[in-house]
Amino acid sequence: MTTPMTTPAAPVVSAPTPDAPPLHRALGLTDGELDAIRDRLGRDPNDLELAMFSVMWSEHCSYKSSKPLLRTLPTGGGDVVAGPGENAGIMRIGEGLAVAFKLESHNHPSAVEPVQGAMTGVGGILRDIFTMGARPIAVLDGLHFGDPSKARTRHLVRGVVKGVGSYGNCVGVPTVGGELTFHPSYDGNPLVNVMAVGILPEHRIMLARADRPGDLAVLFGSTTGRDGIGGASVLASATFGEAEATKRPSVQIGDPFAEKLLIEASLELIERGLVDGLQDLGAAGITCAVSETADRSGTGIRVDLDAIPRREAGMEPFEVMISESQERMLALVDPAQLDAVLEVCRRWDLPAAVIGVVTQEPLISIWTGGLDGTGRPRSGATELARIPAAALTSDAIVHERVGEAPTRRRAAPSPGDDAAATTGLPERGVDPAVVLQALLGHPDLASRAWVTRQYDATVGASTVAGNEHGAAVLRVPGTTMGLAMATDSAAPVGLLDPRLGAALAVATSTLNVAVTGARPLGITNCLNYGSPERPEAFWQLQQGVAGLGDACRALDLPVTGGNVSLYNESAADGAIAPTCQVGVVGLLDDVSRVVGPAFRGADDVVGLLGTVQPGLAGSVYASIAGGAPDDRPPSLDLAAHGRLLGLLHAAATAGLLRSAQDVGGGGLAVALAECAMWGEVGALVELRWPGSPATALFGEGPSRVVVTTTAEGWQRLAVLAAEHGVPLERLGVTGGDRLRIELAGASAQGPEERGPVRIDLLDAAIGVLREAWEHGLPRALGDEGWTPGPGGTPAFAGRGVAPTPDAVSTSSVAPVQAAAPAQGPAPAPGAAPTPDAA
Amino acid sequence: MRTAVVVFPGSNCDRDALHAATLAGTDAIPVWHESTDLAGADLVILPGGFAYGDYLRAGVLARFSPVMGAIRDHAVRGGLVLGICNGFQVLAEAGLVPGALTRNTSLRFEHRWVTLSVERTDTPFTRAIPAGRTLRMPIAHGEGSYVLPDADLDALEARGGVLFRYAGPEGNPNGSARDIAGVLDTGGRVCGLMPHPERAAEAILGSDDGMLLFRSLIESGARSMAAA
Repeated sequence: MTTPMTTPAAPVVSAPTPDAPPLHRALGLTDGELDAIRDRLGRDPNDLELAMFSVMWSEHCSYKSSKPLLRTLPTGGGDVVAGPGENAGIMRIGEGLAVAFKLESHNHPSAVEPVQGAMTGVGGILRDIFTMGARPIAVLDGLHFGDPSKARTRHLVRGVVKGVGSYGNCVGVPTVGGELTFHPSYDGNPLVNVMAVGILPEHRIMLARADRPGDLAVLFGSTTGRDGIGGASVLASATFGEAEATKRPSVQIGDPFAEKLLIEASLELIERGLVDGLQDLGAAGITCAVSETADRSGTGIRVDLDAIPRREAGMEPFEVMISESQERMLALVDPAQLDAVLEVCRRWDLPAAVIGVVTQEPLISIWTGGLDGTGRPRSGATELARIPAAALTSDAIVHERVGEAPTRRRAAPSPGDDAAATTGLPERGVDPAVVLQALLGHPDLASRAWVTRQYDATVGASTVAGNEHGAAVLRVPGTTMGLAMATDSAAPVGLLDPRLGAALAVATSTLNVAVTGARPLGITNCLNYGSPERPEAFWQLQQGVAGLGDACRALDLPVTGGNVSLYNESAADGAIAPTCQVGVVGLLDDVSRVVGPAFRGADDVVGLLGTVQPGLAGSVYASIAGGAPDDRPPSLDLAAHGRLLGLLHAAATAGLLRSAQDVGGGGLAVALAECAMWGEVGALVELRWPGSPATALFGEGPSRVVVTTTAEGWQRLAVLAAEHGVPLERLGVTGGDRLRIELAGASAQGPEERGPVRIDLLDAAIGVLREAWEHGLPRALGDEGWTPGPGGTPAFAGRGVAPTPDAVSTSSVAPVQAAAPAQGPAPAPGAAPTPDAA
Repeated sequence: MRTAVVVFPGSNCDRDALHAATLAGTDAIPVWHESTDLAGADLVILPGGFAYGDYLRAGVLARFSPVMGAIRDHAVRGGLVLGICNGFQVLAEAGLVPGALTRNTSLRFEHRWVTLSVERTDTPFTRAIPAGRTLRMPIAHGEGSYVLPDADLDALEARGGVLFRYAGPEGNPNGSARDIAGVLDTGGRVCGLMPHPERAAEAILGSDDGMLLFRSLIESGARSMAAA
């Protein structure tokens, strides 16, 4: 291999003016990074090369700050077919099939241009799935926005929901679930994380490699235009300043119709064995696709710049090389198969062109003036750039960042200690039923129908459980199997303790999957944090990765891939709450045995599995009531959590569970209310709880599940739970049209003047609870005219029986309006002081 | 009985329709939009999706597709045609069924489960449905509001051209005139409906009411074959 010391003659990226900063800084590279580039090239880069380095060495593409941390995560395991480093993780599920899944962020584009940002987020993650040979079967999204009462938040919510929906609906992949939360820390920087899941025959797996010198590089799909120039560097890898509108040209534009054609053409090419390697084009466009495929194989690619089909005339070479125009694919093709490949593209109306050739020499070289039929430069052709492939990817710069814990004003309370809080709302004289209504109407907990109605959740005819509950369940066509999938985070706890927050995200998402009866298979994740150049934000990332690793090792779950999104800060609103978004896929051997969350009928026994100590710190309750100094975050016992996951799988397989719902946001009272509302059956429950009623009813903690069994099934469940070492407590029975929770032994410390309201009793009509739950989100977003009505998947959400919202109208309606912040229970900034608030 | 499912670029319910038609016991095959050969099909299904991206207006480009001439001939010969969702939009744009489908009154895409009343059970599409039975199936569309001038609506109703109406407590999801969810052409052999029977063809998916349509069509196909 010879790397000439001479510099290829590339046109300048922009004409220098006397006062302009040096080009590398304008492109987002530091002086030190420029030196590192010189080291790798043995000379100065020209402007085109500098532009290519700037996108490939961006945080978004290079993981230059997070790489050393990510290496600590467990990624192996018997069922892993493809792990991190590939476009998506792939795990074996049996019968010769495998599941591909991945979670990715599109935060900054969505903040600048929400519809297109979200659309291209969906498009990008779908390409990661079908590039590997899998047919996409589902999309989930983790969305986090600021204060819902703000006009900007509402604009962003509407735009992002419209974008996610219009892309998925058109491309024909159901959007089946996800997470939607509101927190003031996202005011300036919303999070749009999208997860996609696909199924493939294991033998059809396609890797993004350029193994065979002489193979032709074929670019197919949309033409290359000027959209998304610098998306990975300027937009995704920098903190938002004042002038974010000027970054709009860096946002890509999505075309789901082109993507649909791309899916069908790509899967046909793979199915027929016509391509040797396949890579989608995303961040950093052609530069990324050619350098990554070549570097994975230790080869190079010689690119004929003139051959790249363009959307517009007059594009500069650097624009062509780093454009992030959407819906493009790069195939590595044996010359003998070229005609067949072009014929498939023609049939799907997709432009296609040979743009280069795979070379033995591990160099990415860019030529103008043309290559001949054998891939050699024609006489008179000019080389515009020549970079070792590794320098752009595997040998990109890595930064050892400095992390530093923030100085706390005082030590945070240790998790899980049972505090007899005396300042809870019930103790202050607020009827617990009214608090429950306020929680059910809280935008983090209320019905998602306002959003999910805009998503096609049933295209594909495989959706068994759709998007109204914690996990979605899809059958695996042609088998008895089903896949359960969920994505969750725990940012409010992450703000108090980033390590615990990340571990809780794993606990919550695995439990959401397990309550359906599925066995969690593996984890994908999206790490959303602030600027790694700030020691506190980098410490949060370090802690988050540590928490993710703790949980995955304890639960023996591989991390098969993911994405890191840093610089989630804005000048005006500061950094986001550290948000480790976790996606989980689980396997049901027999999808007909799937367990739903809704109560199934009267006279079933209601039980609670698990004994974790709930906490109020970081809870939804705290965002309404304010935090108290002695509020604890929830405790997490990962070993106990693992036993619970195992028990749920065993109990569902044995057919013992009539229903199962994990206790999540809003605590036990909200979980019971959800089971009752969705099943349209009430319950009588007695809870032995000597501490604070607020903690008992509304405290949050992982590893707890409300289950129902038949009267006969109860003993068998108790035996099975004992075998698995999982505590099981009998809470009561289902029946009637009210939810009634009595707290036996509740400490009644509180003001004597609280009047006739009992603080140790929660009693509410299901119809009243449903009203609060159904209207909470549209009310919070100022869309009062929206009408709910039944929706969701009938098998889960009421089995086709119409609800009766006006079923019971009791005196407890009045206090809702008066006391509960039902008209806009927005998490008020500053209302919930946290121990480490600066 | 043979079922042809037309595949336009952008169709995305074609595989679902093929699956349901196969499950119902028909010999179901895909037919590419550039083809003019329906392969001897008794029933042609135009599936849901966004044919040609639905640029301009839903269904407006697909009606110029080569396969549409063959479908028109098939209908003229008395062959059965079922247009689902986008397929209904294509049939309406092509004039094979009356009316037009405009944006939902919510101005949003609407996905939800609906309850349909069956207005007639003496048609090839509904003959296996017990009288009085309602059907549960999902809708998923942005342009499903059925529009026709009042006088034409009266005429449509008078001739028994309304086959399905939105009839559940959840009401009319898209603002369709007179709650119309599906219609028949004058010959009674071409049906368009917005809800998706192919997504409600198995109990595990939440409802198998859609299978009643496919069963009706098989009975009808069998009868017309016997008559031929």
